Amino acid sequence: MSKFRNLLIASALIAPLASPAFAEKTGLGREALPEEIAAWNWDVSPDGTGLPPGAGSVEDGEMLFSDNCAVCHGEFAEGVDNWPKLAGGDGTLANKDPVKTVGSYWPHLSTVWDYAHRSMPFGNAQSLSVDDTYAIVAYILYSNNLVEDDFVLSNENFLEVEMPNAGGFIVDDRAESEYPVFTTRCMENCKETVEITMRAAVLDVTPDLGEGDVPAEEATAAEPAAEPVAEAAPAVDPALVAAGEKVFKKCKACHQVGEGAVNKVGPVLNGLVGRAAGSEEGFKYSPAFKDKAAEGLVWDEANIAAYLQDPKNFIPKNKMSFAGLKKDEDIAAVIAYIEAQSN
Amino acid sequence: MNEKDRATPPDHSLDLALNRRGFLRAGAAAGALAAGAGAAKAAGTPDPLITDVQPWAQGWGDGVDATPYGLPIRFEDDVVRRNVGWLTADVISSINFTPIHALDGTITPAGCAFERHHSGAIELAKEDYRLMIHGLVDKPLVFTYEDLERFPRVNRTYFLECAANTGMEWAGAQLNGAQFTHGMIHNMEYSGVTLRTLLEEAGVKPEGKWVYVEGADASSNGRSMPLEKAMDDVLVAFKANGEALRKEHGYPVRLCVPGWEGNMWVKWLRRVEVMEGPVESREETSKYTDTLADGTARKWTWVMDAKSVVTSPSPQSPIKHGPGPLVITGLAWSGRGAIAAVDVSIDGGKTWREARLANPGQDKALTRFYLDVEWDGSEMLLQSRAVDDTGYVQPTKNSLREIRGENSVYHNNCIQTWWVKSNGEAENVEVS
Repeated sequence: MSKFRNLLIASALIAPLASPAFAEKTGLGREALPEEIAAWNWDVSPDGTGLPPGAGSVEDGEMLFSDNCAVCHGEFAEGVDNWPKLAGGDGTLANKDPVKTVGSYWPHLSTVWDYAHRSMPFGNAQSLSVDDTYAIVAYILYSNNLVEDDFVLSNENFLEVEMPNAGGFIVDDRAESEYPVFTTRCMENCKETVEITMRAAVLDVTPDLGEGDVPAEEATAAEPAAEPVAEAAPAVDPALVAAGEKVFKKCKACHQVGEGAVNKVGPVLNGLVGRAAGSEEGFKYSPAFKDKAAEGLVWDEANIAAYLQDPKNFIPKNKMSFAGLKKDEDIAAVIAYIEAQSN
Repeated sequence: MNEKDRATPPDHSLDLALNRRGFLRAGAAAGALAAGAGAAKAAGTPDPLITDVQPWAQGWGDGVDATPYGLPIRFEDDVVRRNVGWLTADVISSINFTPIHALDGTITPAGCAFERHHSGAIELAKEDYRLMIHGLVDKPLVFTYEDLERFPRVNRTYFLECAANTGMEWAGAQLNGAQFTHGMIHNMEYSGVTLRTLLEEAGVKPEGKWVYVEGADASSNGRSMPLEKAMDDVLVAFKANGEALRKEHGYPVRLCVPGWEGNMWVKWLRRVEVMEGPVESREETSKYTDTLADGTARKWTWVMDAKSVVTSPSPQSPIKHGPGPLVITGLAWSGRGAIAAVDVSIDGGKTWREARLANPGQDKALTRFYLDVEWDGSEMLLQSRAVDDTGYVQPTKNSLREIRGENSVYHNNCIQTWWVKSNGEAENVEVS
């Protein structure tokens, strides 16, 4: 085939799209300076390309994670509300509703480092130093039981970390697995019977189009729940309540209290003092919690204090992922605040 | 609509005094009651809308200085983007939905075209805009917005569909409305320069096989794509539907990656890096990958396969006129080419009829279809099925599940079913 004919074919292909024809460089723009490229070129590839020198420990990472990440991802990277879970989910990928975390799903550690460094924390992106990023990534690995608590992650050992699901991905195979199958265009007698197997109206999660976007389940949860009638209101110490409000910030990611409070990750705390454990209507308690409730646990101040001091010990295997309050005065304050909000 | 609304007759002479919602509801109620208010009146008493002199036929309307940049008339105030609160943790990193049930034609008006942000819609002025092309290139370059406008320009119309469109429906019929089941889509006419033009200006080195594209917002959303695609039909766009991109769609410059999942259409595009391999960023590993039944996941599932949906009648667009002539309409598209045909079934897929395409299918753009029927008032299980020019036929949800299992979320292009009842109301259902 002659060059001339090739050219003709090429023009014939291009012509219907009316593409602009140009052969030479326009000279537009200017050369990017090395400093400019360095300022934007932060991406890190699976082979470690782009990873800056540095190091960070699990120990440092725990503190940094608590300060920068836990508000959404939880103290143990377990995720708060709809925010992404970063830990757990091991072995769930083939289950119904797999839990996809760094440990269970992410194929490359580079992705964790890249994303944390470049796009996190949410609302304060590109604020983590290189070493802090190493430390936070080390802590996420630790949360997933992939490294020990004395582990230090650095650019030197970065590629030695094995990601459990590294081999869990295949390249899009629809061209082989689906396209040859989806070619039948039946027009008549395509099936004998048709049954309705599921209805969206029964599920009822569509936003109310008239009155805004309150999800049905939240709307239901907002209905006043049957609450134990409060005893005669005790005298309130405003200073203690104010101190408790500050302490309650640690609880707020999961619990609501006061007017209009609804169940979130944790149950509503209105009327907590004096109520039977596991009695908040509409909240799904853990089996461990239900067992304890069945034993007749009542949330008097002593029991709340003991629980807040060491949640994991007071009710083993309960799902509240909170390390506990170390100071007695914080516990007293937060109880006072919850009580004041309940009245 | 409740019984109280039904009992309220529409009083058009009072419409200025009524609040919008009350008026709209009253109007809709009247429509649902009879085969159209106008038709009923014409049968007996003369229609006062004709026999009485109406205020709009007597006085003045707005002057030309009333609205320098207009919004739709107030009667259309319910045709808006909507979000689903429980879907995401926060509205800053979230999505809303195009009201496709209320639109016609194929071009999506920018003001109601869905938005998806990972860190909110940012304000980036043209003067502050820079685009960097670097990596495996002969000469790394920086362009200003003004530079981009001096390159040879093209106009192209493409659909943008989020990979998660219809994702909530994978496990079963869930959201009751085409806006929510299929509204993560829009279709605009873009003006811009081809990415190829810019890459050739920088000169791609032979070892360059991929490009990584990144946005300027705090999420720095970044995606990798093979150089082949970047050199094929990818656009660096700065206008949509003739005007500057809206803030929420990436003003002043976004990427268009025709036929491929919306997440790759990076907004506020700031950087194109030519690389040897993919970055495997968060959005191309932990998200936008498709988990199969055995727990293995497909990655790089960029192409959006052929898909269609009946936009009316549908749950948000019920039949209000009773039996008789009925326009069934919807949208079809394919990321692999043009729509060749659309079939419609009213019996849940037992029998199909080919619909009429409003215009011949366009490459990687929305196609509008119509089926004009005489509705007898009986229940319908309404479906549509797209066929693209590769011969691919849009599958049922069950046939997709047979291959992908039940844990998938993204790339759900199954046939949708609306159960249209004899009163004209419709519901999202799943059928055997």
